[in-house]
This record gives sequence, structure tokens and C-alpha cells, in this order.
Amino acid sequence: SSSPDEGNTARRIEKILIANRGEIACRIIRTAKRLGIRTVAVFSDADRDSLHVKSADEAVHIGPPPARLSYLSAPSIIDAAVHTGAQAIHPGYGFLSESAAFAQLCEDEGLTFIGPPASAIRDMGDKSASKRIMGAAGVPLVPGYHGNEQDIDFMKSEAEKIGYPVLIKPTHGGGGKGMRIVQSPSEFVEAFLGAQREAAASFGINTILLEKYITKPRHIEVQIFGDKFGNVLHLNERDCSVQRRHQKIIEEAPAPNIVNDFRTHLGQAAVSAAKAVGYHNAGTVEFIVDTISGQFYFMEMNTRLQVEHPVTEMIVGQDLVEWQIRVANGEPLPMNQSQVPLLGHAFEARIYAENVSKGFLPATGILHHYHPVPASSTVRVETGVEQGDTVSMHYDPMIAKLVVWGENRAAALLKMKDCLSKFQVAGLPTNINFLQKLANHWAFENGKVETHFIEHFKDDLFVDPSNLLLANEAYDAAKFSAVLIAACVCEKECCNLKESPPGGKNSLSIWYAYPPFRVLHSARRTMELDWDNEYDSSSSKLLTLSITFQPDGNYLIQTGEENSPDWEVKVAHLGNSDFRVEVDGVSRDVSLAVYSKDQTKHFHIWHGSHHHTFRQRVGLQLSADDEVQHKPSFEAASHPPGTVVAPMAGLVVKVLVKDGTKVEEGQPILVLEAMKMEHVVKAPSAGHVHGLQVTAGQQVSDGSFLFSVQDESK
Amino acid sequence: RASTSHQWRNPVSLLQKCQFCIGVLPDGVDRQSPSFSQNSAIMNDYISQLKSHVQKVLSGGGAEAVRRNRSRNKLLPRERIDRLLDPGSSFLELSQLAGHELYEETLPSAGIITGIGPVHGRLCMFVANDPTVKGGTYYPITVKKHLRAQEIAAQCKLPCIYLVDSGGAYLPKQADVFPDRDNFGRIFYNEAQMSAEGIPQIALVLGSCTAGGAYIPAMADESVMVKGNGTIFLAGPPLVKAATGEEVSAEDLGGATVHCKTSGVSDYFAQDELHGLAIGRNIIKNFHMAGKLGIVNELQNIIPEYKEPVYDVKELRSIAPADHKQSFDIRSVIARIVDGSEFDEFKKLYGTTLVTGFARIFGQPVGIIGNNGILFNESALKGAHFIEICTQRNIPLVFLQNITGFMVGSRSEANGIAKSGAKMVMAVSCAKVPKITIIVGGSFGAGNYAMCGRAYSPNFMFLWPNARISVMGGAQAAGVLSQIERSNKKKQGIQWPKEEEEAFKAKVVEAYEKEGSSYYSTARLWDDGIIDPADTRKIIGLCISATTTNIAPKDTKYGVFRM
Repeated sequence: SSSPDEGNTARRIEKILIANRGEIACRIIRTAKRLGIRTVAVFSDADRDSLHVKSADEAVHIGPPPARLSYLSAPSIIDAAVHTGAQAIHPGYGFLSESAAFAQLCEDEGLTFIGPPASAIRDMGDKSASKRIMGAAGVPLVPGYHGNEQDIDFMKSEAEKIGYPVLIKPTHGGGGKGMRIVQSPSEFVEAFLGAQREAAASFGINTILLEKYITKPRHIEVQIFGDKFGNVLHLNERDCSVQRRHQKIIEEAPAPNIVNDFRTHLGQAAVSAAKAVGYHNAGTVEFIVDTISGQFYFMEMNTRLQVEHPVTEMIVGQDLVEWQIRVANGEPLPMNQSQVPLLGHAFEARIYAENVSKGFLPATGILHHYHPVPASSTVRVETGVEQGDTVSMHYDPMIAKLVVWGENRAAALLKMKDCLSKFQVAGLPTNINFLQKLANHWAFENGKVETHFIEHFKDDLFVDPSNLLLANEAYDAAKFSAVLIAACVCEKECCNLKESPPGGKNSLSIWYAYPPFRVLHSARRTMELDWDNEYDSSSSKLLTLSITFQPDGNYLIQTGEENSPDWEVKVAHLGNSDFRVEVDGVSRDVSLAVYSKDQTKHFHIWHGSHHHTFRQRVGLQLSADDEVQHKPSFEAASHPPGTVVAPMAGLVVKVLVKDGTKVEEGQPILVLEAMKMEHVVKAPSAGHVHGLQVTAGQQVSDGSFLFSVQDESK
Repeated sequence: RASTSHQWRNPVSLLQKCQFCIGVLPDGVDRQSPSFSQNSAIMNDYISQLKSHVQKVLSGGGAEAVRRNRSRNKLLPRERIDRLLDPGSSFLELSQLAGHELYEETLPSAGIITGIGPVHGRLCMFVANDPTVKGGTYYPITVKKHLRAQEIAAQCKLPCIYLVDSGGAYLPKQADVFPDRDNFGRIFYNEAQMSAEGIPQIALVLGSCTAGGAYIPAMADESVMVKGNGTIFLAGPPLVKAATGEEVSAEDLGGATVHCKTSGVSDYFAQDELHGLAIGRNIIKNFHMAGKLGIVNELQNIIPEYKEPVYDVKELRSIAPADHKQSFDIRSVIARIVDGSEFDEFKKLYGTTLVTGFARIFGQPVGIIGNNGILFNESALKGAHFIEICTQRNIPLVFLQNITGFMVGSRSEANGIAKSGAKMVMAVSCAKVPKITIIVGGSFGAGNYAMCGRAYSPNFMFLWPNARISVMGGAQAAGVLSQIERSNKKKQGIQWPKEEEEAFKAKVVEAYEKEGSSYYSTARLWDDGIIDPADTRKIIGLCISATTTNIAPKDTKYGVFRM
């Protein structure tokens, strides 16, 4: 063990700059505040009003939205730290967290980089180099080629040595970018070149490595921690096998279905790996576990705090960010390996803005409604956004991490399912429904996780529209939700009218009393709701609901479908988006979010474990041309059909097509200027332009012939 | 005799509710009595019959016509109104059963829907043709209903929204539709007069609008036309072809494009009906009448936090006696109409057959005049006195009619009953405060006049289903007529056999029975509609709101009172 720098121990960290954004910045700020450490946030133009900016004691603007000009701009961040007097920088994850150069730069500027030494980042950042070091340290490695020789034919022969299937992977970067699985030699060349291109574009370095591809692997990683005295321990493992697009969506700790022996071996291997690079601070050693052979191999080491670190925190009862700061302060680790507990089980579900049905493509938009589940001692919601915020295209589309803890895996899973069903997000598509399906899947419940889980069970996880039984069940559930929406919307309207009748509280208020009065009959109203089936857009269905206002304030709701019952619904509005709704003698909590976007009203409803979304068209899509282009026949009576005359006296400023050109209906033909205004003259119908003689700069008089359009086909 | 079982349903809670109110009326209803259940049974029959008639007219001119209407992307007139109204607001429909059994053919709601409701916080009068009923053409009763709506609008200064979809006058009956003062032409005259008064006139052309009908949008301040469905022309394509030989489609002759773009007959071009209705709402949103109307409202003495009546309003269905000859205490009706059942009675001990007093309905002050028997000298004088007070103080009057008439006989005549009655009729005629009449029982003879019958232009007048209106009772009329007949026959020396006389009398009674019924009245628009007694409070509240919102107080001037 080397002794720490004497000067550093004397100077404790009193102010931290967080070189990150979103939930991780908020999470770091929270721990810092608890420790009495002041915080400085940095932000780009896109994040000016973000939660992390509001949460920090100070905030510094560092540039425009693109990350490379702001959160990746090391000089701006260092300047911000120096300017605000921060002694340390916490890089979070992503961005500059694994930049050895940045860690070095901090050191050079006399700032404490809360993370591993630059040398360790450098060693582990290069995947080929890291595997060499690991191999030397006796950590098991996946058979593969990690050399510098990148010649395509050579690489191909190496691939054959390893044996197909083979994984092609850039040496730098992560997140699955540039990775390719090659099943046979014939696919190799194309995949290899593609990986090179993508690597060059994403990371600037295009070196590639090859590895044996394990068909049924699990992704298990070990959280390690080291101090500056050379002590390294592990805090048990996490299973992050459930992935989509090579990115994790559900993580858990400890890994299910492994024996303690295996856990010990894994932990020892991870500690050896960390020691081999002189590691201190938080790190994660990722292993690939071959479920068939039971072998594990070193994959890579992430030299930072991981996104999923909270699951580890939950099972060891420690705050890893606090540990990071204490280690950075030069303190020894607060416990030794034998003192590390393993308490219960924890899950993390990552809630993303994404289109599940469109291959999990990231989505953007406004969080019109955002009600995460309330936090407790066993439920954590790590989030960096609030209702009304925008999920932009500039950064990661993760909205929140839901972390739950239970006495054992089954208890934790039950809690996660419950929390997911109550996690309310509206305004953009999310993966919440999908996460629910995952969590409810029998194989997941049994802990039969592996990295191809989603691919393997896709028939269960995605609705097959041709399965009529399921489709009908889904439709009936949606119909019931629509009924609840109709009743809640009416009730909310009633409350709004009561509170603020149009025209104020005066003698007219009585016209807005509920239920609305009709002479000798009941007021009725119809509501048309278009059901969005998240997994099968083709089965979207229009529901027409007829709502009758009963004298006792209840709503009688009919769908007008055969064999469909009438529902008598009683609603109490509990405030904001919450309702208590009674149907058929059962009352239940219902939450309803309504927002408008693009001439469409969107309805989101949550009740029980159901969440449905509906759309309603409001306003009209009016094309301005529609009014202008329809010409009564008599107008053209004095001219042959298809003739276009000057609508006003003016100057021809532009002629856009040549005489004889084939044009579409409504295509601009020429531009007139009169009274300082430009007026575009369009083709009245499709056809060929005839008699277009006017030229730019020519004056035309009102009603003079400009051109005619003839449809040759007639 | 007033039926009075002054039983307090729950004296403790009642006293708590009305701690400081000395005017809370007693219950006045004995729920245990056989007459209570008998009255309820009869009234419930009336109401279910009434509702079934209303259900029929709600479905318009029959399934086939409705289907055809829908196939053209057109809504039914009440649906159109629903879409114009503020969401969740009330609509006071008028004379739903106008035209009921009036002509050989059925004419649901007289082919036109009228009523009052708010749009963007402004009360408007809606007049909507029903194209499913005889193509929306105007029968004589259709014209009458249209004019009545305009009359109310003019009285209450309510902006008018005409939802036009009509083939114009019903030609076979043109003699009763076209020429007279209160015929078709009056519609446009009224539009002009109201427009001149600054009452907005808006036309939404949602269907055809032919010949005379073309003037409805043309005379309007602003009009909207729906592409494809809306047409305006003085003569349709067939007539044009006959007259000039020109062949032209309806759309090219008088469609939305022609009128919004070329002729300028219409102002707003709508892509479809829903768009047209949305434009209609916008037009009303853009009204700016702050200077004209806004202040009036501020001056109203209205309590926004009002109490509901202490007693169940549904019990109004059990008060009117099954037997018309039996009387009932009008206070038991008042107790179920006014806020907190609080009624501060004026001259309670004098002229007791007329009940007068002050109350509030939905926070709005009212003076109530109700009958508790035959009108005597004292009752008439009391009524005139009370009306004078209310006009002085600008308090709207509510008349609860259940009157068989003024007292007859030598003593009464000698006491000058005609003089006293004249005083009350003078007061009623000249009173310039809003007047609302509800006939809760009989309405006979001069009692009808003194209690603000139709001829006295109450702003609104509604009937309970059991109401009867005629110059006198059927039996009395039969008695009078048979006496005259007998003396006529006697002069001619003809002997009138007893059975013939009885048959004669029976015929008269039967005719009075039929002509005195509420349906006969409402079919001819002698009122503004038959209502469920349980809705009485609500409807009076809506009517007072409609009559006071836009109207500044007016001074009342009386003629010569015969002293």
C-alpha cells in the first residue's frame, strides 16, 4: 500500500462540481448535500431549467446543447470549477467519466477527480490492452483476438481460429455501438467494415477486436471499490442480462440462480482485475457467463460509477457516492471484505422515452404528465426530470430509474411490478408497459435471465395481432378504460365549471350546475376515443361512447356495440389527476392525464395494473388551399376551362415553370407582386401548362390571361 | 281548505339549518296520507306519458329521415345545439310539444327546436330547423314557435343563433304561413329590429335555405356556410331551369363557395358541419358587449352561495291533488321552490286566498304570488299592492297559478270585485319587472288574467302536466250553454228532452276537457312548455337568470287605477 499524498488529506472536499446532467447529477448532489458539501452544476442551453440545475447550490452555463460543445468540453468544465472554487469534480457516468485525459487535466489543474487514477482509466479504456493485462493477472478471458494487426484477411483467419459465431467489436467506446455478431465466414467482411465505420464515427478510433460469441450468455458484473491505500473489495454482483439494443433495461442484485461459491470466485476475479491496474474509487468488472458451461470470462471494466449502482447500494446498505467522495478525500474504505453484507434483493428498471414497437427507437417529447411512484425506504426513484420538461434528442432518453428492494427476489419483484403499474408518464412513448411485461414473464420470475431474453421470448413480450383471443381481451380492457376516461373527463369538467364558470360567478352560474339540465330528458354527450394499442398500431380502434348524465350525478355510459353492457359510473374527483371511480359496486383509484399535441388530445389512464392511451381529434386539419382552389364553373365561363387569369394588377417577379411543363394541381406557376405583396399563382388542376408567355419583370393587368392548364389525358 | 299537516320531518336538523331564519315554511305535506300516494301515482302517470311524448319528438322526423340526415354528415338539431353550448352547460328548451296532434300529420316539436343556453359564458337563444321533419319547412305553428323564440330573445336581449336547414314555407298551408302580420315575414322584421337594438343575429347555414328562408342568413349580422350542405338561393335549380333555362348545380348556384367568395351573402366558409359549429362558437366568443350588458350584471343583487330547499323538490310531484276540485296549500309548493324554503310572507293574515311574499331562487330575489283559493276583493287588492312593491324594487315576479276565478255573486259584485280585479290586472299588465308564470293547477276565467296568463306577456310561462286552462270549468260552461239553449228552444216552442240536454252538456264538457288540457295548450304555443313539477325550481331559476342577465331595470308606469 502506498501512502496517500499528505497535502490532499489535509484539504477535504468542500465543494464539488458535477460534470454531468440528469438523474446522476441530481443523485450526486443529494449525497453531497447530506454530507454538507456544496455543489456546482454545469448546464448547456438545453438544460437551463433542468432539475439538476435547480438542485445545485450554484450552476454554470457551459455551452450549446450538443454534448461535444458542453458536457464533453473539458476546458469549459475545468474553467467552471476554477471559477466557482470547487475543489473536486464528479464526472458521473458517460460524458467525461472515462476520459483519462480529463482525469489528467483535473489533476494538472489541482482539482480532485472523483474517480480512478487516469492510468487505470487508460489501461481499461483500451479493450485490447485491458484484456492483455487481465490475462496476465490470471483473470479468465473469452477466446479472441485483441491485437493491433487489423488487416481484414488476417482478421478473418483469426475469426476462423476462434470459431464461429464471432463477435466483432471496436476496441474503444461502449454501449453496443459498432458491435456485430457474425454467424458464418461469408458475412464477415461486410460486418467488419461496418463496425470500423461506426467505430470511427463514434469514437474516432477504428481498431477492432474479435471474440468468441457465446450463444446463451448472462451478463454479470461485480461492483468493486478501492481506496488510495491499495485496499480493494467487492460489493457483490449484479445481473444485467436483460438487454435490448445491447443496453440494459432491468438490473438486479444479487444475480439470481447462482451459488455462493461462484459468487466468491467472481468477486475474487474482479478484485484481482482492479488490483492489476492499481485501481481506486468505484469500478465495475463485467463478466460474461456461459450458462451452458458455467464458465465466466472477463469482458471489460467500467472505470466509473455505473447507472445501475443503486441496486448494489440497496443490498449492502451503503451510499457509493459517499464512498467515492471519502476515497477521493484520501480516507480508507469504511469496511473490509468480510464486513460487506448481502441484504435481500434489489431491482432496477430503467424507464426510457422510446418506441418499443419500433425497435426501441429513442423518442423525444414533452413530459406532459409525470407522476413517479412515491419514494420510501424500499423504493427509490432516480430522476432528473420534472413534469413539463422536454426529453430532447441531444442526450440519453432515460427518464428515470426505478429501484426497489425486498427481503428476497420474489418480494422485490412484486414491489417492482406494483411500482411500474403506478409509474405515470404521458406525453411521449415509454417502455413502462414493456417493463411490466418483462417483470411479469414466467421466465423472468424464475430468474432465467440471459442476454437474449427479449429476443428469445419476443412472442410473449410483443402482442401478436393475429392472436384474436389476446386481441379481444386487450380490446375489452381498453374499452373499460375508455369508459372510465369518459366518466372522469365529465366529472373533472363539472368541477372546473363549479370552480370557475365561464363568465365568472354571477347569475349565469346556475346554467353550469351539474348534471347539465335538459327539459324532460337527460343531457347526453358522445365522446370519440381512438385507442392506441402500443404494440400493434394497426389494431387502433375508434370507440364511440355515449354518456348520459343521470339526475343523481352518475354517468350512464354505452358503447353502442352489441353485447356490450351499459356502465353506471360514479366518480369522485380527488384533485389534480386523481379520481375514485365506482363501477358495478367496486370502487378503484384512477389517474387520468390529458394533454394536447398537434391538434390531438391525448388521454392516459392508469387503474389497477392497466395503463391505456387514447387519442381524440380536436380542431380540423384545414388546408388553406381547399377554400381558394375550388372554382365555381361559371367563373371560368368567359374563358375556356383551365384558364388562369391575373387575380390582380401587378408585376410578374418570378416564373417558376416553362411553358408546356407537366404540373401537379396546386403547383406554383408564377409569382406576382402587387401592393408590396407577393402572390403565388398556382395550377388549378394537374396537366400541361399552355400559353405561358409572361416573363419576370412584366406588368400584367387585372384579369389578363396568364396561362391555362390542360389535362392531356382527357 | 288548505291541506295542512304541519309536520316537521326532522325538526332538529331543520332548526340547525335555519337557525336565524324566521321565514322557513313548514313542510305542508303529509307523506302518510292516502291522498299523498294517490296524488303521486296520478302525477307519475302524467309524467311518464309526458316523457314518452318527449322521447318521441327527440328522435325527430323518423328513422329514415334521420338516417338520410346522418348520411349527409349532418347532426340532428339538438345535437347541433349541444355542440354549440358550453360543454356541460344546461339548455332550457321551449315548447317541445308544439304541434302535438295539431295537424293530420305529426310534426315533432313543430319542426323547429328553440331554447336558451350559454355559449362562452353568454346566454343565447337558439332557433334550429329540424330538416328531418318535413324538410324543415315552416308550418303555421313552426312560424309561431320561431316568432315566440324571437320575442323572448328581444325581451331578454339574448343574441340569436339561427341554425338554418329549411326548405322555406310549407306551400300547401301558405295562406296561414305567409301573409299575416305574425307570419313568415315577421321573422326577418324581428331580425332587423333586434339587430338595430344591438342584439347580435347569427345564422349558421347547415343545410338548404331556400326562397324566403334565404333572408335568415342574409339578414343576419354574421353568417357561416358549410361546404356541400349549406345552400342559399332565392330559387332552386329546378325553378331556375324553368325560369331562365340555365342548368346549374345547387352547389354552384348557392353553395358556400359562391356565397363566401363571390356574392358575399355569407361571411365564414366552413369545411364541414363541425367546423361550422366551431366557427359559430367563435363568433359568439368575439361578441364585445361589455359596455352594453356587463354592468347590468354587476348591479344584480345575487347571492352566489344559496341554500337548497329544506324539503325534497321531488315531492312537488305529490302535491297537486288528483281531483281538480280539491285545493292545496300553495305554500307547500313554495317551500320546495325557494332557497332554504325561506319565504317572508307579506300580508299573511289579509286576503288569505292569495299568498304573497319574498324569497330567493338560486340566490336571485323573487316576489312570489300564489293562489290559495278564489280571488276576493281583499286578495286582489293585496296582489296589486304586492306587485307595486316588487316593481318599485325591481324584483322579478313569479306567479303560481291555481285559480278558479274571482268570487261571483251579488255580494261580491256589490263590493266591486270587478274594480278590485281591474286593479290587479292593471298592476300585472304594467309591471316592467320580469314575470314568470307557472300553472300548477287550474287557470280559469279572469283569474288567468290577474295571475299573468299568456295575454299578459309573462317572460316565460310553463304548465304542470295536470294544468287546465279555460274561460271557465267544463261543467259551468255546459250549465250556462244549456240554459241559453233551453231558452232559445223555449222561444221557438220546442221541448228539449232531458236526455238530449244531458248529451248536449256532455259534449260541451268533453270539448272543454280536451281544449283545457295542457297538451292542447302547449301544442298551440299558449305556453312555453309542460314541465315535470320537480323541475319547477330549476326552470324558474333559469328563466330569472335569462330575464335579468342582460336587462337593465326599467321603470314601471301604471295606468289609471279605478279607486
